[in-house]
Amino acid sequence: MSSQNDAAHGSVKSYAVGFLLSVVLTVVPFWLVMSGGFDKWTTVITILVFAVVQIAVHLKYFLHLTLTNEEGRLNTLTFLFSALIIVLVVGLSIWIIYASNAMMMH
Amino acid sequence: MSTSVLIPEAPVRLAPEQAHDLSHEQDHEHHDSGSNTLFGFWLYLMTDCLLFASAFATYAVLFMNTAGGVSGKDIFELDFVLVETFALLFSSITYGFAMLAAHKQNRSATLMWLAVTFCLGAVFIGMEVYEFNHLISHGHGPQTSAFLTAFFSLVGMHGLHVTAGLIWMLVMMLEVSKRGLGNRTRTRLGCLSLFWHFLDVVWICVFTVVYLMGSV
Repeated sequence: MSSQNDAAHGSVKSYAVGFLLSVVLTVVPFWLVMSGGFDKWTTVITILVFAVVQIAVHLKYFLHLTLTNEEGRLNTLTFLFSALIIVLVVGLSIWIIYASNAMMMH
Repeated sequence: MSTSVLIPEAPVRLAPEQAHDLSHEQDHEHHDSGSNTLFGFWLYLMTDCLLFASAFATYAVLFMNTAGGVSGKDIFELDFVLVETFALLFSSITYGFAMLAAHKQNRSATLMWLAVTFCLGAVFIGMEVYEFNHLISHGHGPQTSAFLTAFFSLVGMHGLHVTAGLIWMLVMMLEVSKRGLGNRTRTRLGCLSLFWHFLDVVWICVFTVVYLMGSV
């Protein structure tokens, strides 16, 4: 029962691991931008990658998304479906608007 | 536990020798309705995700339209945002400890961690209100440019969610202190847990896309 609880609700250790990872994944991008020592695109791509990794860390350690049991799988699949919709909504909006902006400039 | 949560088990007439299993069956049912509630709440959060995604798309489209006024680079103070971020991050782990205490049926520890989480959330909201007030009093209100409209809408929408979470947390502290940590109360705490951690995930996107990318 206790191991089942651990999987569903986490433990002090899993919260601590998630927290420490999040601290590192927060401090590094802030430092990168505040120090300003890198060129624009390197910085932008690095902070985006750090954000995606930190979101994954939060999903695993704080929101307990998992593929190892039925309930976790349901939550994970619905999340992945939303993520797909979000990529479509945000990605395509940006693509369309920027492309139409560029066309109007000519 | 292995049955699908979507398909309720058909009622089974119990033979007398199975009657002693009844209490266990009821426990099982309680557990299932709790996890159904959590799954339903999770689905709500996914639709909330779409709401935030639309606000992000709007921001991404409008952030360059500053109407000759200030841009993000001029108004964002990253050290301030870093402190805000840490308030929210600390509140995530303290809420986690509240959940662990709740599952151990430790009422006083649950209340203590909820109170700590509430204070950290209040620090976050206090700082955000200060930032908004500071911007508006310097003439950078939401009516100034499309950039500022999108900024105030997106960040303000997250702030309103956190405020709702704080009110919910107060209600839960009352419930835990009055009723203890029964199944229903723990399910509600579980929903608030999802809500609170979800808002932290949204904040990761906010500080990355709005504050950091706006300051590069």
